[in-house]
Amino acid sequence: MGARLRWRKFVSNFMLTLTGICAVVSVAVLFFILGYLLFNGGTSINWDFFTKLPKPVGETGGGMANAIVGSAKLLAAASLFGVPIGFFGGIYLAEFSGSKTAGVVRYAADLLNGVPSIVIGIFAFSIVVRPFKTFSTLAGAFALGLMMIPITLRSTEEFLNAVPKMLREGAMALGASKWKTIATVIVPAAYRGILTAILLALARVAGEAAPLLFTAFGNRYWSQGWNQPTAALPEMIYRYAGSPYEDWHRQAWAAGLVLLGFILIINILARTILARGISMPRS
Amino acid sequence: MKRTAVLLMAVLVASGVVWAQGLLINGAGASFPYPIYSKWFDVYHQKNGNMQFNYQSVGSGAGIKQVTEGTVDFGASDGPMNDEQLKAYQDKRGSEILHFPTVLGAAVPTYNVPGVSATLNFTPEALAGIFLGKITKWNDPAITGPNKGVNLPGNEIVVVHRSDGSGTTYIWTDYLSKVSDEWKSKVNKATSVNWPVGLGGKGSEGVTALIKQTPNSIGYVELIYAAQNNIPYGTVKNAAGTFVKADLKSVSEAAAGAAKDMPEDFRVSITNAPGKTAYPISSFTWLLIPSKIQDNAKRDAIKGFLTWMLADGQTYAEQLSYAKLPKEVIEKEKKAIAKVQ
Amino acid sequence: MQGAGPISGSRSFLSKLREGDEIARLITFIFAASVVLITISLVYELWIGSALPRHKFGLHFFVSQDWDPVMDQYGALPFIYGTLVTSAVALLLAIPLGIGASIFLAELAPPRISDTLQFFIDLLAAVPSVIYGLLGIFIIVPLIRNVIYPALNKPFGFLPIFKGPSYGVGFLTAGIVLAIMVIPYIISVSREVLLSVPRDQREAALALGSTRWESTWKVVVPFAKTGIMGSIFLALARALGETMAVTMVVGNSPKIAASLFAPGYSIAAVIANDFTEATGELQTQAYIELGLVLFLLTFILNGLARILIIVTTQKGSKVSN
Repeated sequence: MGARLRWRKFVSNFMLTLTGICAVVSVAVLFFILGYLLFNGGTSINWDFFTKLPKPVGETGGGMANAIVGSAKLLAAASLFGVPIGFFGGIYLAEFSGSKTAGVVRYAADLLNGVPSIVIGIFAFSIVVRPFKTFSTLAGAFALGLMMIPITLRSTEEFLNAVPKMLREGAMALGASKWKTIATVIVPAAYRGILTAILLALARVAGEAAPLLFTAFGNRYWSQGWNQPTAALPEMIYRYAGSPYEDWHRQAWAAGLVLLGFILIINILARTILARGISMPRS
Repeated sequence: MKRTAVLLMAVLVASGVVWAQGLLINGAGASFPYPIYSKWFDVYHQKNGNMQFNYQSVGSGAGIKQVTEGTVDFGASDGPMNDEQLKAYQDKRGSEILHFPTVLGAAVPTYNVPGVSATLNFTPEALAGIFLGKITKWNDPAITGPNKGVNLPGNEIVVVHRSDGSGTTYIWTDYLSKVSDEWKSKVNKATSVNWPVGLGGKGSEGVTALIKQTPNSIGYVELIYAAQNNIPYGTVKNAAGTFVKADLKSVSEAAAGAAKDMPEDFRVSITNAPGKTAYPISSFTWLLIPSKIQDNAKRDAIKGFLTWMLADGQTYAEQLSYAKLPKEVIEKEKKAIAKVQ
Repeated sequence: MQGAGPISGSRSFLSKLREGDEIARLITFIFAASVVLITISLVYELWIGSALPRHKFGLHFFVSQDWDPVMDQYGALPFIYGTLVTSAVALLLAIPLGIGASIFLAELAPPRISDTLQFFIDLLAAVPSVIYGLLGIFIIVPLIRNVIYPALNKPFGFLPIFKGPSYGVGFLTAGIVLAIMVIPYIISVSREVLLSVPRDQREAALALGSTRWESTWKVVVPFAKTGIMGSIFLALARALGETMAVTMVVGNSPKIAASLFAPGYSIAAVIANDFTEATGELQTQAYIELGLVLFLLTFILNGLARILIIVTTQKGSKVSN
């Protein structure tokens, strides 16, 4: 009897250690990626990278200044497009809508969220690039903005709903109209969570290259205004990584480090903001 | 919160305005001439600070498509547009598309065989066989035959071709169609074909990268990609029976005959050209310019560039291993620039 | 009149209040409605935009291997095959690792450690696809060529799945990269689901004399298994739609091959590579039809995943009440 029990205990310890190893390995991958990028990208990051334009093919040197600015413009415009839709739409769901309409809107948002980014690129191409007859920052921002909508919408709704009833009723009791209550009491109470969601949405689209292939297209120079093709960090990484030039590989690592660094910092920032406030209802 | 919002808006508007001066002209297409085009556009931009030619190397196929759609101002291809594509352009845009040869280049068989740094000699039969998937090992007699003295291993050949629509593919398949009936009937020539075997690389860049990283591989790229990346490329037996390596001289010789008989629209194939030392897989590469350009500034900029390209521009070709255009062709083109209105 | 309060209502003030609310309701409604509008137009564009090949090829589109732009014949089987194979490889690798890790995080690790590790796993999910592609090209491809291929091909090369030469790139490479990308999804959802299993289930098993592992594996996990299935569907949906990482390491060859070491293609990868150069309506629309197929696949999987996860977490809260 003792032997059987000992065997079962052994199996138990063994399997549980195995699961521990699985967890450690999974987390280790993250650190490996970071480390590898730091090693290859860190040595390639120099002042030129941030300030110079790309050089002609085959020549060494140059940088990705235009891609950095391009990404910044894309993200800014994408936020201007996607965040208000998600934010105000979320307010509608939480404060005004009946459950049927809410269900439809939520379903549409979930559907949109699940669309592969390359398909979003096709959509943006048909809606923006084709009619305007040009690849542009706008088209790229449209595609990225679309991807920001579902996260912003659902999170706004959830955080608004999480605001305690007391606050709501208190404001009403003081005679504030509904919209005033929302604007001055409820939204401020939920702002932490909503801000977090916006940051996470931003971090998600910052790294996307697929939807940019048919919209922003790429640019070896500064992109002027909003209606011209533009370079972006993820797209440059893709192009440079697939090339045979050592110098371009070097720059791709550097770009990868900058991009990942940016994304990770936003993620960490977002989650710390959240941790300080109310706990996030898991979506 | 409000203040930051206003500040943000101001920055956004400003960024749109600040660089609003300066003309941006967008082009897309062949990766074959990408090294020389990117050099040209860079030099031209230095000379004319307010003009920028943004050229994306996306493959000849995409170049033809985009210029037909009008999403770019000009295209570039090393496979001349066929009659169907010309008609499609005419139908869609209501005017003609013009071909302007820019330089001469060569598609070379480049390879990565461990232990082999020598220049291999390839017969047309060997190349066709390899790309048809019938010759599968490096020590096949068709390959070892002309390469006595080279120790070729018995490893499996890894074929690398283009995954995107490519003028280089057009040149390569055009040549193979001329030298191999089996190729012509099975695969034929186009910018995008149904490859019997092999890996797909995106752009000449992608193919070069794959060859560099994959032992026992062979692929076809424009000469400069092999040269710039220090990977060996072989000779090809031409129509006269000589094994010729691609260089300025052999490529120029391939174009010599065509230069005299250049058609009005500049569409011509010079693969498998006659001539004792002509390189058989040479080609012109063309800029695809719309004959009607609405925007006056863009039109003048493009015409200005073309004029410069035919004069000073040609001096940059040779250092990047492209051959200059023959004199007769340059003269004809200068006249043709007037067609762009 | 609710909310009238201490403000003695002059009629115009109160109606202004109501108007303000009405305007607010209208404005927010417009934004919410636009979400629905956008989604509808996306599906519509995909449907209409693929009309030509749908009518010309019908179901043949899904079974033909012949993707030939020159002859204008379009059969999507190689891409469907490649998408399925790479995703299958990804799941085969990611599921054991992911479930194992989630068991550790949910059952064994003290809450602090569990939360911290989960935090890092969430960061792993945030790494963009291009970066995985970058690492794929420079780390995984040589790994396959120099380590994994010799290890598997020499002893097992007679098996169809390990046959043939190694290119470095291929189905297996793409599968491995995808596996790393989807593990975080399996872990975080499975962990949630396992955590929602009521205490009494575990305690009952332990009280009856089972070891820690036995109570986990034989009681808790089965209780949560629908939810875990859900996490797998979610991971699958993610893997199917992945574009950049796959196109950088899959070999871009539209061929069906049994060997995992052979080069292949996926739906998302071919769209990314070829869409901008499709000439002619039929070809362009063929790529849009591929996009439609991808959309439908991910739509179905995501829907199923959601249902499964909700069912499990509700089951958990029901039983414990």
